[in-house]
Amino acid sequence: MKIADRVQQIPPSGIRKFFEIAEEMDDVISLGVGEPDFTAPWAAREAAIDSLKAGKTSYTANRGMRELREEISKRVSTQYDLSYDPDDEILVTAGASEGLDVAFRALVDPGDVVAIAQPSYISYVPGVTFAGGEPLPVATREEDDFKLTTELLSAHGVADADMVVLCYPNNPTGAIMTAEEMAEVAAFVREHDLTVLADEIYADLTYGDDHTSIATFEGLRERTVVFNGFSKAYAMTGLRLGYAMAPPEVISAMNRVHQYTMLSAPTTAQYAALEALRSCDSEVVEMRKQYNRRRQFVLSRFSEMGIDCFEAKGAFYVFPECPWDDTDAFAEALLEEQGVALVPGHVFGDSGEGHLRVSYATGLNELREAMARIEAFLG
Amino acid sequence: MSTRDELLALLLENARYSTEDLARQTGADTDEVAAAIEELEASGLIRGYQAVVDWDRADQERIRALVELNVTLDRETGYDDIAGRLVKFPAVKSLRLVSGDYDFALEVEGDSLREVSKFISEKVAPVPEITQTVTHYIMETYKDRGLEMGDGHDDGRLSFSP
Ligand SMILES: Cc1ncc(COP(=O)(O)O)c(C=O)c1O
Repeated sequence: MKIADRVQQIPPSGIRKFFEIAEEMDDVISLGVGEPDFTAPWAAREAAIDSLKAGKTSYTANRGMRELREEISKRVSTQYDLSYDPDDEILVTAGASEGLDVAFRALVDPGDVVAIAQPSYISYVPGVTFAGGEPLPVATREEDDFKLTTELLSAHGVADADMVVLCYPNNPTGAIMTAEEMAEVAAFVREHDLTVLADEIYADLTYGDDHTSIATFEGLRERTVVFNGFSKAYAMTGLRLGYAMAPPEVISAMNRVHQYTMLSAPTTAQYAALEALRSCDSEVVEMRKQYNRRRQFVLSRFSEMGIDCFEAKGAFYVFPECPWDDTDAFAEALLEEQGVALVPGHVFGDSGEGHLRVSYATGLNELREAMARIEAFLG
Repeated sequence: MSTRDELLALLLENARYSTEDLARQTGADTDEVAAAIEELEASGLIRGYQAVVDWDRADQERIRALVELNVTLDRETGYDDIAGRLVKFPAVKSLRLVSGDYDFALEVEGDSLREVSKFISEKVAPVPEITQTVTHYIMETYKDRGLEMGDGHDDGRLSFSP
């Protein structure tokens, strides 16, 4: 059968090979995982169970349950002082993933240039490509702590692009941007009349400065789609629930795509999410505390081993420099000889080359063991 | 099942269920649940609430031993008297009179092997009625109070994910 060019254009994922090796082995400690090791808070799970018991097994409104949209609206207004109308400015999606895909398809015309701050989450480039757009990688640098600067935006010709995708706190680097740094990017975006897709799925996982949403800057709310979800902060990856917020005409366009693909996000998950927002903040605080302890542990161990690693302040990743020139060879040897899995940085774009993504969404005991094995491996 | 039995079963499953959780699951209202729990506690049916800890995962070392005790009774001393002396020691985590080859099954806990063996030789063995102790150090716990102890390999997540 003929496979569409758009799809053939996308190479298979760079972590496939490693995954296959890891699957063959016993006793692998994986630091290659981009999802929490915690279980979703009990109250959220119970709300899901209760909803099933009560027979809530039908579609919801295309945009998501009204109650959930209201709760999301309340949340972002107290947390970020952002006001979104639950009626026409919020779309509930099957994970932030679906939100991003729907946004690309609703907003990108063939040939549109979409700048992507890299190293980045691996779905943005394929998402743009599937929509017929032209991805434009914008390489951030370790010397800037992997933050996006106006200098980088100018140097990569983003002034002439149509759209820019931001992800802070960042997967894979763990970088965050302060309010001042974000303000400069906001000014650039405004000046060059760009649309912004802000993937803020790790917004609740910062260790130090609170997250600043780019949509809070003057003139930015009108040109930004904010994405968030329950996968990371609430450890609800398998429930597949996220949301997008944007001005009414954008949400309406996105909803048109969404209603023909997804109809509505999973109903059971929407009940879980509603309860998560209503009563699970203390669990989020607790998980964040534990991530922070692990983050400090991992950073201090890399520093003891003499491996350069900038101080990641968000998400649950650190992005150390690879001690060998060939990151694939290093990752493969470490996996085969010591059973420690991590991800070569180039998987997240060329600018990730020379680094490794290390996830600390794993228990402290396993992390301890993994770091000891890495140390033994380095000899 | 009465609400009381249902509450017991739920608290055995997870003692940290909130009153609201329990109310939702039993169909009783929160005041009823609170009153029933108070009653269970006051009557001594519920003795307390504890965490089930997987010590293999903790930084702190924890040594546990199961000790078989054989005793000889005389006219003045019964099982209860011996038990009464032993339960006072904080190192004793459980004590049961059992049928079979020995009389008491004792569970001892301490911070080190030395501490545990010292406790057995200095506090338990010298009790005059105790004629023999056989100590079994616990090497690995697979299940405790109905809960499986993870060995860290039950991570159901993919080894790589985005
Ligand atoms: C930056 C980023 N965005 C989105 C997602 C996907 O989130 P969801 O589970 O809500 O689809 C991930 C998951 O790894 C991520 O790292």
